[in-house]
Amino acid sequence: MIPPAFEYSRPKTIPEAIALLLQHGDDAKILSGGQSLIPMMKFRLARPSHLIDINRISGLAYIREEGGFLKIGGLTREADLEISPLIVAKYPLIVDTAHVIADPQVRNLATVGGNLAHGDPANDHPATMLALGAQIVATGQKGDRVIPIEDFFVSLFTTALEHGEILTEIRIPIPPPKSGGAYFKQERKVGDFATAAVAAQLTLDTGGTCQKAGIGLTNVGATPLKARKAEDFLRGKKLDEATIAKAAQLAADDAQPSSDLRGPAEYKRGLIKELTKRALIRAAERAK
Amino acid sequence: MAKKQLVQVKINGREREAAVEPRLLLVHFIRDVLQLTGTHVGCDTSNCGACTVMVNGKTIKSCTMFAVQADGAEILTVEGINKNGQLHPLQEGFKEEHGLQCGFCTPGMLLSSLALLEKNPQPSEQEIRWGISGNLCRCTGYQNIVKAVQHASRKMAESKTAQGGAK
Repeated sequence: MIPPAFEYSRPKTIPEAIALLLQHGDDAKILSGGQSLIPMMKFRLARPSHLIDINRISGLAYIREEGGFLKIGGLTREADLEISPLIVAKYPLIVDTAHVIADPQVRNLATVGGNLAHGDPANDHPATMLALGAQIVATGQKGDRVIPIEDFFVSLFTTALEHGEILTEIRIPIPPPKSGGAYFKQERKVGDFATAAVAAQLTLDTGGTCQKAGIGLTNVGATPLKARKAEDFLRGKKLDEATIAKAAQLAADDAQPSSDLRGPAEYKRGLIKELTKRALIRAAERAK
Repeated sequence: MAKKQLVQVKINGREREAAVEPRLLLVHFIRDVLQLTGTHVGCDTSNCGACTVMVNGKTIKSCTMFAVQADGAEILTVEGINKNGQLHPLQEGFKEEHGLQCGFCTPGMLLSSLALLEKNPQPSEQEIRWGISGNLCRCTGYQNIVKAVQHASRKMAESKTAQGGAK
């Protein structure tokens, strides 16, 4: 399948890329890993007349802790996230997530920034970033703007990024001690998009009572979803079979799945309930 | 039609270049422009991995990259895996262990296996299956592909030891 003809630029700096975006208007699109965008262009579902390839811009791929935040550069490849010693040691939820994105070849090119900026509820990082309470750094002509993740996903394939803005960094508040997270994804086969998936991040106190809970849902709505009712319910409660079951039910209630090739809506809702339970149990284990 | 852009690559050790439209997929650049048809178009939807090549040392699906993105890159295709006309241990493994039937997925399997063994010379069966999880095969059921990779892993370890012993 062949996309319609387009012009291609490869700027060397972010300001150059932003200028190109503004110059060409709504017909221009940023090309990051391309693992979501290029397939859409081949189907002609996306038809940018100008592609701005940011892959050669240096200084956009990094993973570091600074100022109380885990900071991940937008151009960081999923493969690098998977094996980063820092992420493996301290952020198992992110390892879980990167690990189930597509396959090894796709992960060599796919970027965390692209996975979020594409605005696809079927991508995996959105739910995880919702669970972690992340912030998105959008760089535009006037500089950086910080967008809380819960405001970032607006509608199908639409994020809060304005035209002329590029997602350059993801910031995750470093979780306090006794925190843990997990991502559980149900898929038809390895490499598929989620039939449904759940990200959970918990902070417990020494008595095992939940101080903080973040729960994100993948591919059960027009946007990635934050399971707020479940989160609110868990806060201040001791995590046991009953509270986990109740939270799982609340998360399932919040899901807005559609029936499609991957399954009926009610099946997906049932999956959310079960996956939330498993994610909470694993997150609690890791929080000890 | 968009203006053509020059793409210069070093492919299997040879410098090649051509002026192409930005929308030309890397797999079509490799097959149609450079006439290296070992790399295959399978699904064209980024699933099957028959189009897998190495760009700057990393395996990627060449149906999901534009040729213009690879300007200045080093590319390895299945045609470049042999060592001076000798079969690479992986190629030998696929031959010895019957790791192919129709052969359509094989170039992609070879590149993915090569990438795996470069990172992890002694993979477990689980790790092999994970390493080729971006490559689909409709013929073999994967069993003999796994054996082929294990064969190569053994052979490569043996030749390393042999080299060490020869000092």
